[in-house]
Amino acid sequence: MSGLTRRGRARAQLGILLGPVSLFLSIFLAGPLIIMMIYSFLAPGLYGGVEWTFYPHNFGRILGFADPEFEIYDPVYISIFFRSLRIAVTTVLITLLICYPAAFQISRLSDRWKAFALFLITLPFFASLIVRLFIWILILKKTGFINTALESLGWIDHPLEMIYTDGAVILGMVYIFIPFMFLPVYASVEKLDWTLVRASQDLGANGFQTFWRVIFPLTLPGVAGGSIIVFIPALGNFVVPAVLGGAKSLMLGNLIEQQFLAARNWPFGAALSMLVMAIVLILLFIYIHHETRRDDDAPAAG
Amino acid sequence: MGESIVRLEKVRKTFPLPEGGTVTALGNINLDVARNEFLTLLGPSGCGKTTLLHSISGFVQLNSGCVYVDGEDVTDRPPHRRPVNTVFQNYALFPHMTVGNNVGYALDIAGARRAERNTQVGAALDMVGLGGLEKRLPRQLSGGQQQRVALARAIIARPKLLLLDEPLSALDRNLRQSMQIELKTLQAELGISFIFVTHDQEEALTMSNRVAVLEGGKIQQIDAPLAIYNKPSNEFVASFIGASNLFRGTIENGTVTTDDGDKIRTSASTGTGPITALLRPEQFSIANGGEIAAETGRLDVSIRQIVFSGAGYEIHGRTDNHHDVVASIAATHQALVAGAEASRKATLTYDPAAVHLIATEGARS
Ligand SMILES: Nc1ncnc2c1ncn2[C@@H]1O[C@H](COP(=O)(O)OP(=O)(O)OP(=O)(O)O)[C@@H](O)[C@H]1O
Ligand SMILES: [Mg+2]
Repeated sequence: MSGLTRRGRARAQLGILLGPVSLFLSIFLAGPLIIMMIYSFLAPGLYGGVEWTFYPHNFGRILGFADPEFEIYDPVYISIFFRSLRIAVTTVLITLLICYPAAFQISRLSDRWKAFALFLITLPFFASLIVRLFIWILILKKTGFINTALESLGWIDHPLEMIYTDGAVILGMVYIFIPFMFLPVYASVEKLDWTLVRASQDLGANGFQTFWRVIFPLTLPGVAGGSIIVFIPALGNFVVPAVLGGAKSLMLGNLIEQQFLAARNWPFGAALSMLVMAIVLILLFIYIHHETRRDDDAPAAG
Repeated sequence: MGESIVRLEKVRKTFPLPEGGTVTALGNINLDVARNEFLTLLGPSGCGKTTLLHSISGFVQLNSGCVYVDGEDVTDRPPHRRPVNTVFQNYALFPHMTVGNNVGYALDIAGARRAERNTQVGAALDMVGLGGLEKRLPRQLSGGQQQRVALARAIIARPKLLLLDEPLSALDRNLRQSMQIELKTLQAELGISFIFVTHDQEEALTMSNRVAVLEGGKIQQIDAPLAIYNKPSNEFVASFIGASNLFRGTIENGTVTTDDGDKIRTSASTGTGPITALLRPEQFSIANGGEIAAETGRLDVSIRQIVFSGAGYEIHGRTDNHHDVVASIAATHQALVAGAEASRKATLTYDPAAVHLIATEGARS
């Protein structure tokens, strides 16, 4: 030990501390990922399993060059893919619209009410996700709370089709992901320096100009962070569509789950997963690239 | 009203306290600031300086009273529609914008043409000695440079009045002194009025045309620096500005006799009753052992401490009646000071005409 420099010792300590985590992650995260990547290029076995030959048609089934031996190209998969994207983006936008103004309201409360509001927002984490989603079935179904209420008021003749629609899926997603959007947005709003807002007004900017030139750019990191944190799990989510979406509102997550469990077509499931991964990685890359550029020192040229 | 650029009439502002009740930040302030004037607001922390600035820039809602800028009633106008700009205490530069965009902000908001805007930004930066730094971000600048950017940003739209809230308090002593001079020069060049907030009395005295001393939300005195220093209108001003020797007592036949028994001669010929006499430390001289003229005031003190301050000596003495006295003696009297230090005694003399008399306030101490 005595031979180690101080720096070396610090590095060794860091290694010891991070070692187990790194080992765990590399075995249980990177390992399966690599397996999936390889599988996505292998042919599906007849009775499950894989055949070790290069087979690009897993991606082809999605993107338009299906294996001519077995099937003609069916755009159903790509449409599910786009629907999932649309639902995830809608979820991000709605949670943002709800959380952004709320964050400003809550950041202006006194400390006690602030703590209470934050507690309320984290409260859903204490109840089971499935239970919370099933409650929405009771609310939305044909004989559910809303329909009975509206019928007894005489406002509708027959029950509204609410459950098992894309709308129900989006509602469930928004409901689940609000805390994930709220916390990063709130953190950046709370950090906002209000004397900058004053400075802007002092220099002649009205409320709207101050918002677009000062408030929004300064809270953008929270907005971007929250959007990514919501978008990624929303895109691959299969619980919400499984409970509230029914058979018609299939999303990528459900499709992948079906391929792995019901259809036992692992290569195709792996290809679908790789596609989701690709989108997520591209987004993360853009985000990180942007964030580091923000922190970098801009060139000081005149 | 054509004369004054700002006029405050009976301005009152109270803040509610969380535990109930209110605090009066401004109580009935009347103030006139002339065109081209450099006015300094001076006072201890919490006396209402920032609130007074905010009442002019529009960031507080007044309980009552009126604010006029350039003859127009702006009491109910929002901040962005007042022809006034502010240099904030912590600079408040927009961290996500370059120096150029910070400085050009007011012009961008006003929708100025690009080319003209860029020349003006360049000119404003040149004016504060930062020409060519347009592309930097605020955090790539030193504190003093940030200060200058804040200044350039506030003057670019040529406001009728510039408000500066303790703009120099975060700078080190040397930088601060050079910025004081620069600010003075800039004000003369621009030909606009400055209202400058500080709690540094030296800064206030050196920079201003007039100084307003605030305390408890009230203007205690507003006057030229020399008058504030030599003729304070009450004990608060006397003791807040500079070192002071106050002798509280009663006057009779031109002599103030303190409650302790010290006697201070003044040049007043009439009047009797309670009064406070003020003598600044520089008004004392040290007697050289020779004859003291009959009309000269004298005070015999025992020496408690002598401090050398560079420009001279500060003698901390105490009269026989246990009243503490501070006297500043020029370094040229070094021999006399040394004698006093050896004998632990000194005779201080003063010109009775230099003694300033202040009406004694009841319970104040
Ligand atoms: N938003 C506010 N809410 C409640 N009280 C306030 C508020 N702003 C100021 N005050 C109170 O008003 C009084 C004057 O405050 P102000 O900020 O004007 O003082 P100041 O002279 O600028 O002090 P400093 O030199 O410390 O900046 C203080 O007692 C302060 O506590
Ligand atoms: Mg202040």
